[in-house]
Amino acid sequence: MATPVDPPAVLAPISQAGRIGLFLVRMLGSLRPQPSLLLSTLQQVYLVGARSLVIIMICGFFVGMVLALQAINALEQFGASDQVSLLVGKSLFRELGPVLTALLFAGRAGTSVAAEIGLMRATSQIDAMELMAIDPVQRIALPRFLAGAVSVPLLTAMFNALAILGAVVFSIGVMGLDAGIFWSKLQNGVYFQEDFIGGIWKSLVFGGLVSLVAVYFGFHAKPTGAGVGTATTNTVVLSSVLILVFDFIMTSFFT
Amino acid sequence: METRQAMNTTEPIIRIRDLVFRRGSRTILDGVDMDIARGRIVAIMGPSGVGKTTVLRLITGQLHPDEGSVEVNGQRVSSLSSRELQTFRRDVGVLLQNGALFTDLTVFENVATPVREHTDLPEPLVRRLVMSKLHSVGLGGTEELMPHQLSGGMARRVALARAVVLDPQIVLYDEPLAGLDPIAVSTISRLMRETNDALGLTSIVVTHDVLQMSRLVDYCYIIAAGRIAGEGRPDDLKRSQDPSVDQFMNGKVDGPIPFHYDPGGPEWSLLQ
Ligand SMILES: Nc1ncnc2c1ncn2[C@@H]1O[C@H](COP(=O)(O)OP(=O)(O)O)[C@@H](O)[C@H]1O
Ligand SMILES: [Mg+2]
Repeated sequence: MATPVDPPAVLAPISQAGRIGLFLVRMLGSLRPQPSLLLSTLQQVYLVGARSLVIIMICGFFVGMVLALQAINALEQFGASDQVSLLVGKSLFRELGPVLTALLFAGRAGTSVAAEIGLMRATSQIDAMELMAIDPVQRIALPRFLAGAVSVPLLTAMFNALAILGAVVFSIGVMGLDAGIFWSKLQNGVYFQEDFIGGIWKSLVFGGLVSLVAVYFGFHAKPTGAGVGTATTNTVVLSSVLILVFDFIMTSFFT
Repeated sequence: METRQAMNTTEPIIRIRDLVFRRGSRTILDGVDMDIARGRIVAIMGPSGVGKTTVLRLITGQLHPDEGSVEVNGQRVSSLSSRELQTFRRDVGVLLQNGALFTDLTVFENVATPVREHTDLPEPLVRRLVMSKLHSVGLGGTEELMPHQLSGGMARRVALARAVVLDPQIVLYDEPLAGLDPIAVSTISRLMRETNDALGLTSIVVTHDVLQMSRLVDYCYIIAAGRIAGEGRPDDLKRSQDPSVDQFMNGKVDGPIPFHYDPGGPEWSLLQ
Protein backbone atom coordinates (compact mmCIF):
# COMPACT_ATOMS: atom_id res chain seq x y z
CA MET A 1 0.00 0.00 0.00
CA ALA A 2 1.45 3.35 -0.99
CA THR A 3 1.45 5.78 1.90
CA PRO A 4 0.38 9.34 1.16
CA VAL A 5 3.05 12.03 0.99
CA ASP A 6 4.82 12.33 4.34
CA PRO A 7 3.89 15.52 6.19
CA PRO A 8 6.62 17.78 7.58
CA ALA A 9 8.08 16.45 10.82
CA VAL A 10 6.35 18.98 13.08
CA LEU A 11 2.99 17.74 11.90
CA ALA A 12 3.87 14.09 12.45
CA PRO A 13 2.22 13.79 15.88
CA ILE A 14 -0.95 15.37 14.51
CA SER A 15 -1.18 13.07 11.53
CA GLN A 16 -0.44 10.15 13.85
CA ALA A 17 -3.30 11.23 16.09
CA GLY A 18 -5.51 11.46 13.02
CA ARG A 19 -4.64 7.95 11.93
CA ILE A 20 -5.31 6.57 15.40
CA GLY A 21 -8.63 8.41 15.42
CA LEU A 22 -9.56 6.96 12.05
CA PHE A 23 -8.64 3.52 13.27
CA LEU A 24 -10.98 4.02 16.23
CA VAL A 25 -13.77 5.05 13.88
CA ARG A 26 -13.16 2.05 11.65
CA MET A 27 -13.10 -0.25 14.66
CA LEU A 28 -16.32 1.11 16.14
CA GLY A 29 -17.88 1.04 12.67
CA SER A 30 -17.31 -2.71 12.54
CA LEU A 31 -19.18 -3.21 15.82
CA ARG A 32 -22.12 -5.62 15.46
CA PRO A 33 -23.99 -6.75 18.56
CA GLN A 34 -23.35 -10.48 18.14
CA PRO A 35 -22.89 -13.20 20.73
CA SER A 36 -19.49 -14.00 19.24
CA LEU A 37 -18.31 -10.47 20.03
CA LEU A 38 -19.43 -10.80 23.63
CA LEU A 39 -17.67 -14.12 23.89
CA SER A 40 -14.37 -12.96 22.43
CA THR A 41 -14.48 -9.77 24.50
CA LEU A 42 -14.98 -11.79 27.68
CA GLN A 43 -12.12 -14.02 26.69
CA GLN A 44 -9.91 -10.96 26.25
CA VAL A 45 -11.06 -9.52 29.57
CA TYR A 46 -9.71 -12.69 31.10
CA LEU A 47 -6.47 -12.58 29.10
CA VAL A 48 -5.62 -8.91 29.60
CA GLY A 49 -7.64 -8.08 32.71
CA ALA A 50 -7.54 -11.07 35.00
CA ARG A 51 -3.88 -11.66 34.28
CA SER A 52 -3.02 -8.09 35.32
CA LEU A 53 -4.80 -8.59 38.63
CA VAL A 54 -1.86 -9.79 40.72
CA ILE A 55 0.51 -6.99 39.72
CA ILE A 56 -2.25 -4.43 40.23
CA MET A 57 -3.02 -5.74 43.70
CA ILE A 58 0.60 -5.83 44.83
CA CYS A 59 1.26 -2.33 43.53
CA GLY A 60 -1.98 -1.04 45.03
CA PHE A 61 -1.05 -2.33 48.46
CA PHE A 62 2.36 -0.68 48.47
CA VAL A 63 1.08 2.57 47.03
CA GLY A 64 -1.45 2.67 49.88
CA MET A 65 1.27 2.14 52.45
CA VAL A 66 3.60 4.78 51.07
CA LEU A 67 0.73 7.26 50.74
CA ALA A 68 -0.16 6.75 54.38
CA LEU A 69 3.46 7.11 55.38
CA GLN A 70 3.93 10.40 53.56
CA ALA A 71 0.57 11.73 54.67
CA ILE A 72 1.28 10.99 58.33
CA ASN A 73 4.71 12.59 58.02
CA ALA A 74 3.23 15.76 56.61
CA LEU A 75 0.14 15.91 58.81
CA GLU A 76 2.07 15.29 62.05
CA GLN A 77 3.65 18.72 61.77
CA PHE A 78 0.21 20.24 62.26
CA GLY A 79 -0.90 17.62 64.77
CA ALA A 80 -3.46 16.44 62.25
CA SER A 81 -2.33 12.89 61.64
CA ASP A 82 -5.86 11.64 62.31
CA GLN A 83 -6.81 13.13 58.92
CA VAL A 84 -4.63 10.60 57.12
CA SER A 85 -7.49 8.51 55.69
CA LEU A 86 -9.05 11.62 54.18
CA LEU A 87 -5.88 12.60 52.37
CA VAL A 88 -5.12 9.08 51.23
CA GLY A 89 -8.68 8.42 50.07
CA LYS A 90 -9.06 11.63 48.06
CA SER A 91 -5.71 11.48 46.30
CA LEU A 92 -6.08 7.78 45.66
CA PHE A 93 -9.61 7.66 44.27
CA ARG A 94 -9.31 10.82 42.21
CA GLU A 95 -5.80 10.55 40.79
CA LEU A 96 -3.42 7.86 41.82
CA GLY A 97 -5.73 4.89 41.50
CA PRO A 98 -6.88 5.51 37.93
CA VAL A 99 -3.55 6.85 36.67
CA LEU A 100 -1.28 4.22 38.20
CA THR A 101 -3.60 1.38 37.26
CA ALA A 102 -3.70 2.56 33.67
CA LEU A 103 0.09 2.95 33.55
CA LEU A 104 0.55 -0.54 34.96
CA PHE A 105 -2.04 -1.88 32.53
CA ALA A 106 -0.18 -0.29 29.63
CA GLY A 107 3.02 -2.03 30.69
CA ARG A 108 1.46 -5.38 31.48
CA ALA A 109 -1.38 -5.79 29.00
CA GLY A 110 -0.92 -3.08 26.36
CA THR A 111 2.49 -4.43 25.43
CA SER A 112 1.30 -8.00 25.17
CA VAL A 113 -1.66 -7.02 22.99
CA ALA A 114 0.59 -4.98 20.68
CA ALA A 115 3.12 -7.81 20.46
CA GLU A 116 0.44 -10.42 19.87
CA ILE A 117 -1.19 -8.49 17.04
CA GLY A 118 2.20 -7.50 15.62
CA LEU A 119 3.18 -11.16 15.53
CA MET A 120 -0.08 -12.00 13.78
CA ARG A 121 0.87 -9.40 11.20
CA ALA A 122 4.42 -10.76 10.89
CA THR A 123 3.20 -14.34 10.39
CA SER A 124 0.60 -13.25 7.77
CA GLN A 125 -2.35 -14.27 9.95
CA ILE A 126 -3.96 -10.88 9.35
CA ASP A 127 -3.38 -11.26 5.62
CA ALA A 128 -4.94 -14.71 5.75
CA MET A 129 -8.02 -13.31 7.46
CA GLU A 130 -8.48 -10.60 4.86
CA LEU A 131 -8.16 -13.22 2.15
CA MET A 132 -10.92 -15.23 3.81
CA ALA A 133 -13.09 -12.14 3.63
CA ILE A 134 -13.01 -11.80 7.41
CA ASP A 135 -12.48 -8.29 8.72
CA PRO A 136 -9.43 -8.48 11.00
CA VAL A 137 -10.28 -5.16 12.63
CA GLN A 138 -13.62 -6.55 13.74
CA ARG A 139 -12.26 -9.95 14.66
CA ILE A 140 -8.96 -9.05 16.33
CA ALA A 141 -8.85 -5.38 17.24
CA LEU A 142 -12.38 -4.72 18.47
CA PRO A 143 -12.62 -7.34 21.26
CA ARG A 144 -9.20 -6.35 22.60
CA PHE A 145 -10.16 -2.69 22.59
CA LEU A 146 -13.45 -3.31 24.39
CA ALA A 147 -11.75 -5.64 26.86
CA GLY A 148 -9.27 -2.91 27.78
CA ALA A 149 -12.04 -0.38 28.31
CA VAL A 150 -13.89 -2.84 30.55
CA SER A 151 -10.89 -4.14 32.46
CA VAL A 152 -9.19 -0.92 33.53
CA PRO A 153 -12.13 0.43 35.60
CA LEU A 154 -12.46 -2.96 37.29
CA LEU A 155 -8.75 -3.11 37.95
CA THR A 156 -8.83 0.45 39.27
CA ALA A 157 -11.48 -0.50 41.81
CA MET A 158 -9.26 -3.40 42.86
CA PHE A 159 -6.21 -1.15 43.06
CA ASN A 160 -8.12 1.30 45.24
CA ALA A 161 -9.33 -1.42 47.57
CA LEU A 162 -5.85 -2.82 48.07
CA ALA A 163 -4.38 0.64 48.52
CA ILE A 164 -6.87 1.40 51.30
CA LEU A 165 -5.89 -1.90 52.86
CA GLY A 166 -2.23 -0.86 52.63
CA ALA A 167 -3.04 2.47 54.27
CA VAL A 168 -4.92 0.66 57.05
CA VAL A 169 -2.06 -1.70 57.67
CA PHE A 170 0.44 1.13 57.88
CA SER A 171 -1.47 3.76 59.81
CA ILE A 172 -3.35 1.49 62.20
CA GLY A 173 -1.07 -1.52 62.35
CA VAL A 174 2.33 0.20 62.26
CA MET A 175 1.73 3.77 63.44
CA GLY A 176 -0.98 2.80 65.93
CA LEU A 177 -3.61 5.33 64.82
CA ASP A 178 -7.15 4.79 66.01
CA ALA A 179 -9.13 2.56 63.67
CA GLY A 180 -12.48 4.22 64.41
CA ILE A 181 -11.17 7.67 63.51
CA PHE A 182 -9.53 6.32 60.35
CA TRP A 183 -12.74 4.80 59.04
CA SER A 184 -15.10 7.59 60.06
CA LYS A 185 -12.92 10.27 58.44
CA LEU A 186 -12.82 8.18 55.30
CA GLN A 187 -16.58 7.68 55.29
CA ASN A 188 -17.46 11.27 55.99
CA GLY A 189 -14.84 13.10 53.97
CA VAL A 190 -14.47 10.99 50.84
CA TYR A 191 -17.51 10.88 48.58
CA PHE A 192 -18.58 7.84 46.65
CA GLN A 193 -20.02 9.69 43.65
CA GLU A 194 -17.59 12.55 43.35
CA ASP A 195 -14.36 10.89 44.32
CA PHE A 196 -14.67 7.19 43.68
CA ILE A 197 -17.01 7.06 40.68
CA GLY A 198 -15.36 10.17 39.18
CA GLY A 199 -12.07 8.26 39.20
CA ILE A 200 -13.68 5.19 37.68
CA TRP A 201 -14.98 7.28 34.77
CA LYS A 202 -11.45 8.50 34.18
CA SER A 203 -10.17 4.97 34.21
CA LEU A 204 -12.69 3.97 31.57
CA VAL A 205 -11.19 6.60 29.28
CA PHE A 206 -7.66 5.50 30.16
CA GLY A 207 -8.49 1.87 29.45
CA GLY A 208 -9.91 2.80 26.06
CA LEU A 209 -6.83 4.90 25.29
CA VAL A 210 -4.31 2.24 26.24
CA SER A 211 -6.02 -0.53 24.33
CA LEU A 212 -6.66 1.70 21.32
CA VAL A 213 -2.97 2.59 21.16
CA ALA A 214 -1.98 -1.06 21.63
CA VAL A 215 -4.20 -2.46 18.88
CA TYR A 216 -3.24 0.41 16.58
CA PHE A 217 0.50 -0.15 16.91
CA GLY A 218 0.10 -3.91 16.77
CA PHE A 219 -1.92 -3.66 13.58
CA HIS A 220 0.53 -1.33 11.93
CA ALA A 221 3.69 -3.09 13.06
CA LYS A 222 6.28 -3.79 10.38
CA PRO A 223 6.15 -7.53 9.72
CA THR A 224 9.55 -8.24 11.31
CA GLY A 225 10.91 -8.98 14.76
CA ALA A 226 12.18 -5.44 15.11
CA GLY A 227 8.80 -4.14 13.95
CA VAL A 228 7.03 -6.00 16.74
CA GLY A 229 9.55 -4.64 19.26
CA THR A 230 8.97 -1.10 18.07
CA ALA A 231 5.22 -1.58 18.32
CA THR A 232 5.39 -2.59 21.99
CA THR A 233 7.74 0.25 22.87
CA ASN A 234 5.58 2.79 21.08
CA THR A 235 2.53 1.45 22.89
CA VAL A 236 4.02 2.04 26.33
CA VAL A 237 5.44 5.45 25.48
CA LEU A 238 2.41 6.88 23.75
CA SER A 239 -0.19 5.46 26.09
CA SER A 240 1.71 6.72 29.15
CA VAL A 241 1.87 10.21 27.70
CA LEU A 242 -1.79 10.11 26.69
CA ILE A 243 -2.88 8.92 30.13
CA LEU A 244 -1.22 11.88 31.82
CA VAL A 245 -2.38 14.42 29.23
CA PHE A 246 -5.98 13.20 29.34
CA ASP A 247 -5.84 13.07 33.11
CA PHE A 248 -5.07 16.76 33.22
CA ILE A 249 -7.69 17.62 30.60
CA MET A 250 -10.44 15.65 32.31
CA THR A 251 -9.55 16.86 35.77
CA SER A 252 -9.51 20.51 34.75
CA PHE A 253 -12.83 20.20 32.94
CA PHE A 254 -14.79 18.22 35.46
CA THR A 255 -13.78 19.77 38.77
CA MET B 1 -22.91 -19.96 -7.77
CA GLU B 2 -24.96 -18.91 -10.85
CA THR B 3 -21.75 -17.80 -12.49
CA ARG B 4 -20.43 -21.33 -12.29
CA GLN B 5 -22.98 -22.58 -14.79
CA ALA B 6 -23.13 -19.47 -16.87
CA MET B 7 -19.47 -19.34 -17.71
CA ASN B 8 -18.01 -20.47 -20.91
CA THR B 9 -15.70 -23.35 -20.06
CA THR B 10 -13.18 -22.63 -22.80
CA GLU B 11 -12.60 -19.07 -21.58
CA PRO B 12 -9.59 -18.72 -19.29
CA ILE B 13 -10.71 -18.35 -15.68
CA ILE B 14 -8.03 -15.73 -15.05
CA ARG B 15 -6.96 -13.30 -17.71
CA ILE B 16 -4.12 -10.86 -17.08
CA ARG B 17 -3.34 -8.18 -19.64
CA ASP B 18 -0.47 -5.67 -19.87
CA LEU B 19 -0.08 -5.73 -16.11
CA VAL B 20 2.22 -3.04 -14.76
CA PHE B 21 2.93 -2.65 -11.08
CA ARG B 22 5.32 -0.20 -9.48
CA ARG B 23 6.63 0.33 -5.99
CA GLY B 24 7.95 3.86 -5.78
CA SER B 25 10.40 4.28 -8.64
CA ARG B 26 10.88 0.51 -9.08
CA THR B 27 8.79 -1.21 -11.71
CA ILE B 28 8.18 -4.69 -10.33
CA LEU B 29 5.95 -5.96 -13.13
CA ASP B 30 6.26 -4.41 -16.55
CA GLY B 31 3.69 -5.68 -19.00
CA VAL B 32 2.68 -9.20 -17.92
CA ASP B 33 0.09 -11.26 -19.82
CA MET B 34 -1.32 -14.57 -18.61
CA ASP B 35 -4.27 -16.78 -19.49
CA ILE B 36 -4.99 -19.37 -16.84
CA ALA B 37 -7.17 -22.17 -18.12
CA ARG B 38 -9.87 -23.69 -15.99
CA GLY B 39 -9.03 -26.94 -14.20
CA ARG B 40 -5.27 -26.62 -14.59
CA ILE B 41 -2.42 -26.33 -12.13
CA VAL B 42 -0.32 -23.44 -13.33
CA ALA B 43 3.04 -22.41 -11.91
CA ILE B 44 4.40 -18.90 -11.74
CA MET B 45 8.13 -19.28 -11.37
CA GLY B 46 11.05 -16.96 -11.13
CA PRO B 47 13.91 -15.95 -8.89
CA SER B 48 13.19 -14.59 -5.41
CA GLY B 49 12.09 -10.98 -5.29
CA VAL B 50 10.98 -10.92 -8.92
CA GLY B 51 7.34 -10.24 -8.03
CA LYS B 52 5.62 -13.63 -7.85
CA THR B 53 3.83 -12.92 -4.59
CA THR B 54 2.94 -9.53 -6.03
CA VAL B 55 1.12 -11.27 -8.89
CA LEU B 56 -0.92 -13.30 -6.38
CA ARG B 57 -1.79 -10.17 -4.42
CA LEU B 58 -2.94 -8.52 -7.64
CA ILE B 59 -5.18 -11.50 -8.37
CA THR B 60 -6.75 -11.39 -4.89
CA GLY B 61 -7.29 -7.64 -5.11
CA GLN B 62 -4.97 -6.82 -2.19
CA LEU B 63 -2.94 -4.71 -4.60
CA HIS B 64 -4.14 -2.72 -7.58
CA PRO B 65 -2.38 -2.62 -10.94
CA ASP B 66 -0.85 0.66 -12.08
CA GLU B 67 -1.73 -0.27 -15.65
CA GLY B 68 -3.43 -3.18 -17.32
CA SER B 69 -6.00 -5.52 -15.84
CA VAL B 70 -6.61 -8.73 -13.93
CA GLU B 71 -9.91 -10.39 -14.76
CA VAL B 72 -11.32 -13.40 -12.95
CA ASN B 73 -14.37 -14.98 -14.55
CA GLY B 74 -14.57 -11.91 -16.76
CA GLN B 75 -14.74 -9.53 -13.79
CA ARG B 76 -12.05 -6.93 -13.31
CA VAL B 77 -10.75 -7.50 -9.79
CA SER B 78 -9.54 -3.93 -9.27
CA SER B 79 -12.98 -2.49 -9.98
CA LEU B 80 -14.89 -4.67 -7.52
CA SER B 81 -16.55 -2.80 -4.69
CA SER B 82 -15.50 -3.88 -1.23
CA ARG B 83 -18.71 -5.90 -0.86
CA GLU B 84 -18.15 -7.64 -4.20
CA LEU B 85 -14.58 -8.27 -3.17
CA GLN B 86 -15.82 -10.11 -0.07
CA THR B 87 -17.99 -12.38 -2.21
CA PHE B 88 -15.16 -12.86 -4.69
CA ARG B 89 -12.72 -13.90 -1.97
CA ARG B 90 -14.98 -16.69 -0.75
CA ASP B 91 -14.42 -18.25 -4.14
CA VAL B 92 -10.65 -18.01 -3.92
CA GLY B 93 -8.72 -20.16 -1.45
CA VAL B 94 -5.25 -18.98 -0.57
CA LEU B 95 -2.41 -20.88 1.02
CA LEU B 96 0.09 -18.25 2.13
CA GLN B 97 3.80 -18.70 2.50
CA ASN B 98 4.32 -20.81 5.70
CA GLY B 99 0.62 -21.53 6.04
CA ALA B 100 -0.33 -18.58 8.25
CA LEU B 101 -2.44 -20.69 10.61
CA PHE B 102 -4.13 -18.78 13.43
CA THR B 103 -1.81 -19.55 16.32
CA ASP B 104 -4.44 -19.04 19.01
CA LEU B 105 -6.90 -21.55 17.54
CA THR B 106 -6.87 -25.35 17.36
CA VAL B 107 -6.47 -27.15 14.06
CA PHE B 108 -10.22 -27.75 14.00
CA GLU B 109 -11.09 -24.11 14.63
CA ASN B 110 -8.58 -22.98 12.02
CA VAL B 111 -10.32 -25.01 9.33
CA ALA B 112 -13.75 -24.11 10.69
CA THR B 113 -13.13 -20.35 10.68
CA PRO B 114 -14.15 -19.67 7.04
CA VAL B 115 -17.16 -21.98 7.41
CA ARG B 116 -18.44 -20.24 10.53
CA GLU B 117 -17.84 -16.85 8.99
CA HIS B 118 -19.54 -17.44 5.67
CA THR B 119 -22.24 -20.05 6.25
CA ASP B 120 -24.99 -20.63 8.79
CA LEU B 121 -24.44 -24.37 8.96
CA PRO B 122 -25.46 -25.97 12.25
CA GLU B 123 -22.60 -27.19 14.42
CA PRO B 124 -22.86 -30.92 13.53
CA LEU B 125 -22.57 -30.11 9.83
CA VAL B 126 -19.63 -27.77 10.42
CA ARG B 127 -17.99 -30.60 12.30
CA ARG B 128 -18.59 -33.08 9.50
CA LEU B 129 -17.35 -30.73 6.83
CA VAL B 130 -14.19 -29.81 8.72
CA MET B 131 -13.42 -33.41 9.65
CA SER B 132 -13.87 -34.60 6.09
CA LYS B 133 -11.43 -31.93 4.85
CA LEU B 134 -8.94 -32.87 7.56
CA HIS B 135 -9.26 -36.52 6.58
CA SER B 136 -8.72 -35.68 2.94
CA VAL B 137 -5.32 -34.18 3.81
CA GLY B 138 -4.56 -37.17 5.99
CA LEU B 139 -4.85 -35.35 9.31
CA GLY B 140 -7.90 -36.90 10.95
CA GLY B 141 -7.21 -37.05 14.68
CA THR B 142 -5.18 -33.82 14.87
CA GLU B 143 -8.19 -31.56 15.32
CA GLU B 144 -7.52 -30.72 18.96
CA LEU B 145 -3.85 -29.87 18.45
CA MET B 146 -2.56 -26.31 18.43
CA PRO B 147 -0.58 -25.10 15.39
CA HIS B 148 2.72 -25.02 17.31
CA GLN B 149 2.38 -28.75 17.93
CA LEU B 150 2.42 -29.52 14.20
CA SER B 151 5.41 -30.18 11.96
CA GLY B 152 5.97 -27.84 9.03
CA GLY B 153 4.44 -30.30 6.57
CA MET B 154 1.38 -30.91 8.75
CA ALA B 155 0.82 -27.19 9.20
CA ARG B 156 0.92 -26.74 5.44
CA ARG B 157 -1.67 -29.54 5.06
CA VAL B 158 -3.97 -27.91 7.61
CA ALA B 159 -3.64 -24.65 5.71
CA LEU B 160 -4.54 -26.51 2.53
CA ALA B 161 -7.65 -27.95 4.17
CA ARG B 162 -8.58 -24.47 5.37
CA ALA B 163 -8.03 -22.98 1.91
CA VAL B 164 -10.42 -25.44 0.22
CA VAL B 165 -12.99 -25.91 2.98
CA LEU B 166 -15.57 -23.71 1.23
CA ASP B 167 -15.00 -25.42 -2.15
CA PRO B 168 -13.54 -22.42 -3.94
CA GLN B 169 -13.09 -22.24 -7.71
CA ILE B 170 -9.50 -21.10 -7.52
CA VAL B 171 -6.72 -21.92 -5.08
CA LEU B 172 -3.58 -19.83 -4.92
CA TYR B 173 -0.45 -21.30 -3.36
CA ASP B 174 2.50 -19.14 -2.33
CA GLU B 175 5.67 -21.23 -2.05
CA PRO B 176 3.77 -24.27 -0.72
CA LEU B 177 6.85 -26.48 -0.65
CA ALA B 178 9.46 -24.07 0.70
CA GLY B 179 11.32 -25.33 3.74
CA LEU B 180 9.78 -28.81 3.85
CA ASP B 181 11.53 -32.16 4.03
CA PRO B 182 11.44 -34.38 0.91
CA ILE B 183 8.63 -36.60 2.19
CA ALA B 184 6.44 -33.64 3.07
CA VAL B 185 7.21 -32.15 -0.34
CA SER B 186 5.89 -35.21 -2.17
CA THR B 187 2.88 -35.46 0.16
CA ILE B 188 1.90 -31.84 -0.38
CA SER B 189 2.38 -31.93 -4.12
CA ARG B 190 0.32 -35.12 -4.38
CA LEU B 191 -2.41 -33.49 -2.28
CA MET B 192 -2.37 -30.40 -4.46
CA ARG B 193 -2.92 -32.52 -7.54
CA GLU B 194 -5.63 -34.64 -5.88
CA THR B 195 -7.45 -31.62 -4.50
CA ASN B 196 -7.31 -29.83 -7.82
CA ASP B 197 -8.73 -32.75 -9.77
CA ALA B 198 -11.23 -34.00 -7.19
CA LEU B 199 -12.81 -30.61 -6.55
CA GLY B 200 -12.49 -29.36 -10.12
CA LEU B 201 -10.39 -26.37 -9.08
CA THR B 202 -7.97 -24.16 -10.87
CA SER B 203 -4.68 -23.85 -9.00
CA ILE B 204 -1.93 -21.29 -9.28
CA VAL B 205 1.34 -22.14 -7.61
CA VAL B 206 4.01 -19.56 -7.00
CA THR B 207 7.42 -21.09 -6.53
CA HIS B 208 11.11 -20.90 -7.23
CA ASP B 209 11.46 -24.68 -6.86
CA VAL B 210 11.86 -25.89 -10.45
CA LEU B 211 12.41 -29.61 -9.84
CA GLN B 212 9.31 -30.46 -7.84
CA MET B 213 7.06 -28.17 -9.76
CA SER B 214 7.89 -29.44 -13.17
CA ARG B 215 6.52 -32.82 -12.05
CA LEU B 216 3.32 -31.36 -10.65
CA VAL B 217 2.10 -28.57 -12.88
CA ASP B 218 0.41 -28.48 -16.27
CA TYR B 219 1.72 -25.15 -17.42
CA CYS B 220 4.40 -22.67 -16.33
CA TYR B 221 5.05 -18.98 -16.56
CA ILE B 222 8.56 -17.76 -15.87
CA ILE B 223 8.93 -14.18 -14.75
CA ALA B 224 12.24 -12.41 -15.11
CA ALA B 225 12.91 -8.69 -14.97
CA GLY B 226 9.22 -7.84 -14.68
CA ARG B 227 8.14 -9.70 -17.79
CA ILE B 228 7.14 -13.19 -18.82
CA ALA B 229 10.42 -14.63 -20.02
CA GLY B 230 8.85 -17.89 -21.08
CA GLU B 231 5.73 -19.98 -20.83
CA GLY B 232 4.73 -23.49 -21.73
CA ARG B 233 4.66 -27.04 -20.45
CA PRO B 234 7.51 -27.75 -18.03
CA ASP B 235 9.30 -30.19 -20.32
CA ASP B 236 9.23 -27.78 -23.25
CA LEU B 237 10.57 -24.99 -21.07
CA LYS B 238 13.56 -27.07 -19.97
CA ARG B 239 14.60 -27.35 -23.59
CA SER B 240 13.98 -23.66 -24.26
CA GLN B 241 16.63 -21.69 -26.15
CA ASP B 242 15.67 -18.44 -24.42
CA PRO B 243 18.65 -17.46 -22.25
CA SER B 244 16.59 -16.31 -19.21
CA VAL B 245 14.42 -19.41 -19.26
CA ASP B 246 17.43 -21.67 -19.71
CA GLN B 247 19.29 -19.93 -16.89
CA PHE B 248 16.40 -20.27 -14.48
CA MET B 249 15.16 -23.75 -15.39
CA ASN B 250 18.63 -25.20 -15.31
CA GLY B 251 19.94 -23.18 -12.37
CA LYS B 252 22.86 -21.46 -14.08
CA VAL B 253 24.73 -18.57 -12.44
CA ASP B 254 25.59 -16.82 -15.68
CA GLY B 255 22.85 -15.38 -17.80
CA PRO B 256 20.63 -12.36 -18.22
CA ILE B 257 18.97 -12.66 -14.77
CA PRO B 258 21.05 -10.27 -12.67
CA PHE B 259 22.80 -11.16 -9.45
CA HIS B 260 22.42 -7.57 -8.18
CA TYR B 261 19.36 -5.85 -6.81
CA ASP B 262 17.98 -3.16 -9.10
CA PRO B 263 16.93 -0.21 -6.93
CA GLY B 264 15.29 1.53 -9.88
CA GLY B 265 15.86 5.11 -10.88
CA PRO B 266 18.25 6.64 -13.37
CA GLU B 267 21.47 6.26 -11.31
CA TRP B 268 21.32 2.52 -11.61
CA SER B 269 20.92 2.51 -15.37
CA LEU B 270 23.97 4.76 -15.64
CA LEU B 271 26.06 2.30 -13.65
CA GLN B 272 25.14 -0.58 -15.91
N1 LIG C 1 5.45 -4.08 1.08
C1 LIG C 1 6.47 -3.83 0.23
N2 LIG C 1 7.02 -2.61 0.17
C2 LIG C 1 8.04 -2.34 -0.70
N3 LIG C 1 8.55 -3.24 -1.53
C3 LIG C 1 8.05 -4.48 -1.52
C4 LIG C 1 6.97 -4.84 -0.64
N4 LIG C 1 6.67 -6.14 -0.85
C5 LIG C 1 7.51 -6.56 -1.82
N5 LIG C 1 8.32 -5.57 -2.22
C6 LIG C 1 9.34 -5.66 -3.28
O1 LIG C 1 8.70 -6.12 -4.44
C7 LIG C 1 9.53 -7.09 -5.09
C8 LIG C 1 8.72 -8.31 -5.40
O2 LIG C 1 8.33 -8.91 -4.19
P1 LIG C 1 7.59 -10.32 -4.14
O3 LIG C 1 6.44 -10.28 -5.06
O4 LIG C 1 7.34 -10.61 -2.71
O5 LIG C 1 8.72 -11.29 -4.71
P2 LIG C 1 8.71 -12.87 -4.78
O6 LIG C 1 7.46 -13.38 -4.19
O7 LIG C 1 8.87 -13.17 -6.23
O8 LIG C 1 9.93 -13.33 -4.03
C9 LIG C 1 10.69 -7.37 -4.18
O9 LIG C 1 11.85 -6.85 -4.76
C10 LIG C 1 10.38 -6.67 -2.90
O10 LIG C 1 11.55 -6.02 -2.44
MG1 LIG D 1 7.13 -14.46 -2.43
